[in-house]
Amino acid sequence: MTAIVDPGVVAAVAEAHRREWAFVLAATVRVTGDIDLGEECVQDAYARALSAWASTGVPANPGAWLTTVARRRALDLKRRDATARRAAPLLVDDDPVPGPDDQLGDRPDISDDRLRLVFTCCHPALSPDARVALTLRLMCGLTTGEVARAFLVPESTMAARISRAKKKITAARIPYRVPDLAELPARVGAVLDVVHLLFTTGHSAPIGEDLVRRDLVERALDLTRMLRNLLPGDADVAGLLALILLTDARRDARTGDDGRLLLLADQDRARWDRAAITEGAALVREALRRRPPGRFALMAAIAAVHDQAPRYADTDWNEIVALYDLLVQLWPSPVVALNRAAAFGLAHGPSAGLAALDALAEEPQLAGYAYLPAARADFLSRLGHTDQARMAYTEALLLTENAVERDFLTDRLAQLDP
Amino acid sequence: MSQYLVLIYEDEKAWANATEAEAGKILSQHVEFGELNGSSLSGGNALQPTSTSTSIRRDRSGGFSVTDAPFAETKEALGGYYLIEAADLDEAIAVAKQVPAPFGGVEVRPIRTFD
Repeated sequence: MTAIVDPGVVAAVAEAHRREWAFVLAATVRVTGDIDLGEECVQDAYARALSAWASTGVPANPGAWLTTVARRRALDLKRRDATARRAAPLLVDDDPVPGPDDQLGDRPDISDDRLRLVFTCCHPALSPDARVALTLRLMCGLTTGEVARAFLVPESTMAARISRAKKKITAARIPYRVPDLAELPARVGAVLDVVHLLFTTGHSAPIGEDLVRRDLVERALDLTRMLRNLLPGDADVAGLLALILLTDARRDARTGDDGRLLLLADQDRARWDRAAITEGAALVREALRRRPPGRFALMAAIAAVHDQAPRYADTDWNEIVALYDLLVQLWPSPVVALNRAAAFGLAHGPSAGLAALDALAEEPQLAGYAYLPAARADFLSRLGHTDQARMAYTEALLLTENAVERDFLTDRLAQLDP
Repeated sequence: MSQYLVLIYEDEKAWANATEAEAGKILSQHVEFGELNGSSLSGGNALQPTSTSTSIRRDRSGGFSVTDAPFAETKEALGGYYLIEAADLDEAIAVAKQVPAPFGGVEVRPIRTFD
């Protein structure tokens, strides 16, 4: 690190990293035909931006600047190292490769380039874990450490997983393209799972100062809208888009003026995004027309029940539990079971909720998950079991690294009767 | 273009128990596969069952241990292969899906090249 760093430039580079990473990488991989080399060139371009922007000022279109620099670097490396070029597998590319000096201002195929990258990341020949990890790493530019925390695994495990997946893409020649129309529907499911995880990671950031990482949420929303354009008749795409819109509609109300986390019960519903709710509700109706309904359609329907209750007291918890019952059958995940148990407690009282939560206590996948002790603590305090509630809140605090969630839990802990 | 080896793993017992008519039908499916995918095929063979296998390993004294057995005992054993040419993994998978393997399945492995 140099001694003098212009904070304005650092902020601009950080902003470009959040907003432009996938675009720059996707466009650069077209030139390199190799993801690792592409990543290297893109990282190099961001590093150069720090010094270049300090002297020339931040360019009007940072993404285009970074892409040009990264592509030029890629071409240099390929020209200089003929052996590397021969060894570098050329991933299949349907379109001619644009030169580094091509005008990128109008970005004619931005969506397609990012889609190529996401379909490569989500190829069925990769393990499901690797697909999500690669998408977060390559589409969102998350560090390996951030990806590891999103998955609740050690960083070394995640580093090995990502490295193995990249080696397989290269060695087995997993192509860099959007699948043909015939294979598209089968491939979309894998992408949707990944985009959904990307959304949940952004919606409830596992680590950091902010509860929500807007960039991840927006990336998930962008990708889902792109898929919606590509597959307008796909009920699962409609369901996921609905889910994201209906959940994200509450973003402005989720934290108070002081940045503190607000539960559904305490949110100012006037601050919910009505346009998003209207769009999402129409999409839910469309997605639910398919029988049996898909996983995302059911989750979106649950979000819609919340969004359409004028007050918290009006929430139809029985309807929500019924939807969770369908969802658990379709998608028997411990996290879904946890949400169902919490909803069950709100429909049938804290004792019933506590019993439902305790049935999940031995679930190994929930062992590092802060929401389980946090939900227990809530029911325990309602039942007047203050000491046990205090222990459960303390346990939840040990498990969350998100600053806003920590503040929330600390407040709850302080509010318990002495 | 890249080369991939499509390894056919099948239950040998099922093959042994197949009637002559069943076996003949599968063989004709392989002939048909070869005709349909001639431009992708670089080679291929069926193997004798693993009961005919001989495995050879170095032993600790610097010599060889020669045993009457396949290298690894598995329910589904390597019974044949095709060497194919494909532009990428998607194309290789598309060809591999057509390989007849009623008593098991196939595995696609990219051929490694050295500069």
